[in-house]
Amino acid sequence: MSEEKYVPKTKLAEWFDSRLPLLSLSHHLKSYPTPKNLNYWWTFGGILTFCLITQIVTGIILAMHYVAHTEHAFASIEHIMRDVNYGWLMRYVHSNGASMFFLAVYIHIFRGLYFGSYKAPREMIWIIGLAIYLLMMATAFMGYVLPWGQMSFWGATVITNLFSAIPLIGESVTNWLWGGFSVDNPTLNRFYSLHYLLPFLIFGLVILHIWSLHIPGNNNPVGIDVKKGSNETMPFHPYMVMKDLLALLAFLLLFFAFVFFMPDFLGHPDNYIPADPLITPAHIVPEWYLLPFYAILRAIPSKLGGVIFMFASIFVLVGLPWLDSSKVRSATFRPIYRKFFWVLVVTVILLGYLGAKPPEGIYLILARIGTAYYFIHFLILLPLLGRYEKTEPLPLSISDPVLDKPGAMDKLKEMAGKYEGENVATFK
Amino acid sequence: MTNKVEPKRRNFLFTATYTIGAVGLGAAVWPLVDQMNPDASVKALSTTEVDVSSIEPGKEITVLWRGKPIFIKRRTEKEISEAAKVNLKDLKDPEKDSDRAKNPEWLVMIGVCTHLGCVPLKNKGEYKGWFCPCHGSHYDTSGRIRKGPAPTNLEIPKYEFVDMNTIKIG
Repeated sequence: MSEEKYVPKTKLAEWFDSRLPLLSLSHHLKSYPTPKNLNYWWTFGGILTFCLITQIVTGIILAMHYVAHTEHAFASIEHIMRDVNYGWLMRYVHSNGASMFFLAVYIHIFRGLYFGSYKAPREMIWIIGLAIYLLMMATAFMGYVLPWGQMSFWGATVITNLFSAIPLIGESVTNWLWGGFSVDNPTLNRFYSLHYLLPFLIFGLVILHIWSLHIPGNNNPVGIDVKKGSNETMPFHPYMVMKDLLALLAFLLLFFAFVFFMPDFLGHPDNYIPADPLITPAHIVPEWYLLPFYAILRAIPSKLGGVIFMFASIFVLVGLPWLDSSKVRSATFRPIYRKFFWVLVVTVILLGYLGAKPPEGIYLILARIGTAYYFIHFLILLPLLGRYEKTEPLPLSISDPVLDKPGAMDKLKEMAGKYEGENVATFK
Repeated sequence: MTNKVEPKRRNFLFTATYTIGAVGLGAAVWPLVDQMNPDASVKALSTTEVDVSSIEPGKEITVLWRGKPIFIKRRTEKEISEAAKVNLKDLKDPEKDSDRAKNPEWLVMIGVCTHLGCVPLKNKGEYKGWFCPCHGSHYDTSGRIRKGPAPTNLEIPKYEFVDMNTIKIG
């Protein structure tokens, strides 16, 4: 189904839309053509939008009760948990919401990696997505500092000290970030300010992300271009909206299983100890969603080197649309890439596990192997595969993989017959 | 002829305008950036005096200076001789023990690991000095980095003995 232009039905609508085309925009969002073969991996965009809005709403509420001062921050969190009406709910939704946000974004990113959604003509969607991901990490990190527990304080100390690895200006930069000579009240205040600001920048980038998506349209599991204006697409509303909502409901089951039954499972008990600048907890670990990068940081036996590799592990993804030169998007038709994709998934999960372990012995060796593989995957394997991999033949239409299965047409006709009677000769 | 002169004059005016504009913009942005630097109240807390009369040999106290822990260690003869006899070639950041402790009995250091800022634990690690639990840096009895990711020795702050029993840090 193709997208028709919006035609105002009333004089008033015409008057309004010719001055500010919001009605046209809303019509576009509803009738935006989506490939009919999108699977459930494509529902995470909607889930992520939900996560962002949940974080903003609960965050604004928490800000009404939180005090950004080293002497009051920890107590104000306990005040929220014990005294504020439904404060415990707001805080647990917000803290677990961050984890759920990252869970969804990782699935969304690996979906893109598997189905080649970053390839031409969708490079801008990918790059804006990475910018969103970077801002998410910065926002989550600063949010984790706000309760001013031991993990907050020492996490902030370790992460801000990353910048001290910069030659010559490192110390000035860290003092500038801290507003002092260590993480202290000025640091807490500015982190709070930025933690409130960044989600709105993310919101703006999400609009650009969706805008840049709506120009080429969605990729799809088969990875070939769909013919717009054919029966290969369906309007976003109600078809994709309903599918997204069903997926969102399933996602919410998991989300609120955490919120109601194990709200502290993903956090660290040390963060219920007020910050103490004289005692470092025995094991400083970041939140789970940052662990793979933490493992890379510690795998390199040099301060500056570790910091460089950690940032490089994210920035290498910006070059992905050009590093992966294969013309075939979907891994479904790339037998060798498909295997390496899963090796990468396992490697990243392994790095996450190692990031939570002390950096010694076998853990350190594995972290080094994992770090090496991560970069080899993007910088060596992908360019080589693009050149030498023998891909499987692509179907001519996104319908073919379904309809070409033996007996598929008969089965569909039978099913359609149940609803529409026996006269389904024209059915396709 | 006038056609040729005119654009040059304009180019000059444009360049001059951009330059002045950039300088003005820079001057306007600097306060926005500099406000994040340590402020006057933070800088004002720059010295601390510590009474060390009650510290026994081999013991260590930790005091807070500029939000950072300061280790004040009264070293034993054994620890001093161990620190002194280390071959400088074995060190990642070569520094003589005598340059680090003005009075060899007293070692005063900023107790912040030079890797990523954790507080090292005392009397731990392979060199019986300090050990950072975060990323595994080992320091010797002179606070020098011996093993692990930290790039430099534990920093020595500016300090002086005001009298026999009092150290002024900063």
